[in-house]
Amino acid sequence: MITLTDYLVVGAILFGLSLAGMVINRKNLIVLLMSIELMLLAVNMNFIAFSSFLQDSAGQIFVFFILAVAAAETALGLAILIILFRTRQSINVTDLDALKG
Amino acid sequence: MIIQKLVFYVFSALLIGSSTMVIVSRQSVRAAFFLIVAFCASAVLWMLLEAEFLALLLIFVYVGAVMTLFMFVVMMLNLDKEAVQEKFVRYLPFAVVVVALMVGVLVFAVKPGHLGDLSVAMKAHHAADYSNTKVLGMLLYTRYVYAFELAAVILLIAIVASIGLTHREKSNNKRQRVVAQLEANKADRLVVITDMGVNE
Repeated sequence: MITLTDYLVVGAILFGLSLAGMVINRKNLIVLLMSIELMLLAVNMNFIAFSSFLQDSAGQIFVFFILAVAAAETALGLAILIILFRTRQSINVTDLDALKG
Repeated sequence: MIIQKLVFYVFSALLIGSSTMVIVSRQSVRAAFFLIVAFCASAVLWMLLEAEFLALLLIFVYVGAVMTLFMFVVMMLNLDKEAVQEKFVRYLPFAVVVVALMVGVLVFAVKPGHLGDLSVAMKAHHAADYSNTKVLGMLLYTRYVYAFELAAVILLIAIVASIGLTHREKSNNKRQRVVAQLEANKADRLVVITDMGVNE
């Protein structure tokens, strides 16, 4: 029997891994964007697991909208990354310190 | 039942392994390929949860479109390899602590006892003539039609914004400059020449 807990644990591990990806990748903005994609995937996994176990399709509708927004976000993020590379010749996260944050 | 369990564990292991490779691989192209594997594995898990439409959507939209976009950007930027190499180990202990805490808390929170009735197996599988796509379509075009149109607007904005951000104007193209045309007057352009010479 595959229980709901199994799916939620997979989602939790995926979320933790993508968080680790954001922490260790200080050199490459593309991998950072990929980590965001993985994080959204983990959240979607939880939504679909709950939707399936509660027999309620509204969770799947929510995943549909998350996918749409994530696609838009990725397209914009990559566009910003391209103009960033054009102006600074680097996608290193530690180089982006113009705001002195 | 046993085959379902086997599929679940194999593809969960594949998903977790490939997402680990996404975050530790040094080259962006390799990370993108492992991300494709992760998406396919999670599509299989969603199939197992009887969310067929979203599983196929994940493959079509993510593997087909978004990952292609990632590949294009990785190829376009043409990063030098040694720049990506260093400073990887520096944040590793911190990352391990963060992940251990995060996953520990989450796994504790979803322990079988904490979810009550839900921690048993799926109540009922759908009948053979059940169409997940039909059900989602009925919901999407009736109850959630407003959100659906908002999603369309968000995608349109993303198209316009990403083209507007990355589009580079050619320097030698010919076009009408309306402001310059309106500012021109007769005195600038017309010089009356008489027999004696130029008459200002």
